[in-house]
Amino acid sequence: MRAAVIVFPGSNCDRDMQVALRNAMGSEPVMVWHGDSEMPVVDLITVPGGFSYGDYLRAGCMAAKSPIMKEVVNQATKGVPVLGVCNGFQVLTESGLLPGALMRNAALKYVCRDVHLKVAANDTVFTSQYTPDQLIRIPIAHHDGNYFADDETLKKLEDTGRVAFHYCDETGAVTDAANPNGSQLGIAGIYNKRKTVLGMMPHPERLADAELGGTDGQSMFKGLVQALS
Amino acid sequence: MKAKVHVTLKNGVLDPQGKAVQHALDRLGFDGIDDVRQGKFIELELSDTDADVARAKVTDMCEKLLANTVIENYVIEIADA
Repeated sequence: MRAAVIVFPGSNCDRDMQVALRNAMGSEPVMVWHGDSEMPVVDLITVPGGFSYGDYLRAGCMAAKSPIMKEVVNQATKGVPVLGVCNGFQVLTESGLLPGALMRNAALKYVCRDVHLKVAANDTVFTSQYTPDQLIRIPIAHHDGNYFADDETLKKLEDTGRVAFHYCDETGAVTDAANPNGSQLGIAGIYNKRKTVLGMMPHPERLADAELGGTDGQSMFKGLVQALS
Repeated sequence: MKAKVHVTLKNGVLDPQGKAVQHALDRLGFDGIDDVRQGKFIELELSDTDADVARAKVTDMCEKLLANTVIENYVIEIADA
């Protein structure tokens, strides 16, 4: 598998993503600078976390207009899988690849801790190594992770299995108390229509090494390598 | 020519910052505040001289960058400076 990591000024999880991909693939992902307008031929594009362009105007909105994003949208439209994590999720909604928007956390605070997620289904290239309804633990670290979409969009997402992950408690129950940021329906990650683009606030790349406290995120990268090699 | 753009959250979109400002005003003893909505104000200096052209251009800017129309509304004022 060949993978790319998009690097914006202010990205800060690009190297975590690089390490997680390298460990899963056994080869080096390509780091692609935001000012480039050409994308190398890859099987997976990742848009990492951070504070691209200092979150100016709205989180992810400046990055969404950078030269390389035109090419990311192009490739995504052709079906190349795209994974956006945290700020990457914000960039994907701002660029129109995913519906809805990520707003300021309901409690107005930056939240940095491990959360539990319920995996909805395992019928995508991102989740094939999980089991449906599996409970996993992944860290979040964000100020703007409050997922918003209009009621019609939310219904469509739920009805068509496009909610990839819900925030839940340690028993797997999706409750208000387990919702760290006020996201509607406890949504932590969503897919595009074809389920080839995934945006999620939690950071699987930060829990992809046993020595760093857990491997629940590693399954996503292993699954991607298996599906795309 | 000057363009002023007000970007506000749409009705029905929860505005936690507006709520926090409202609570702070309550604490300061200002009573009778029914609601507070917080937004953004953007001022642009344009070299255009035709107000209609300027408005069309700024509308395009709002749709493409200045506002996220999933959650925000915008109002444009064009004024001769």
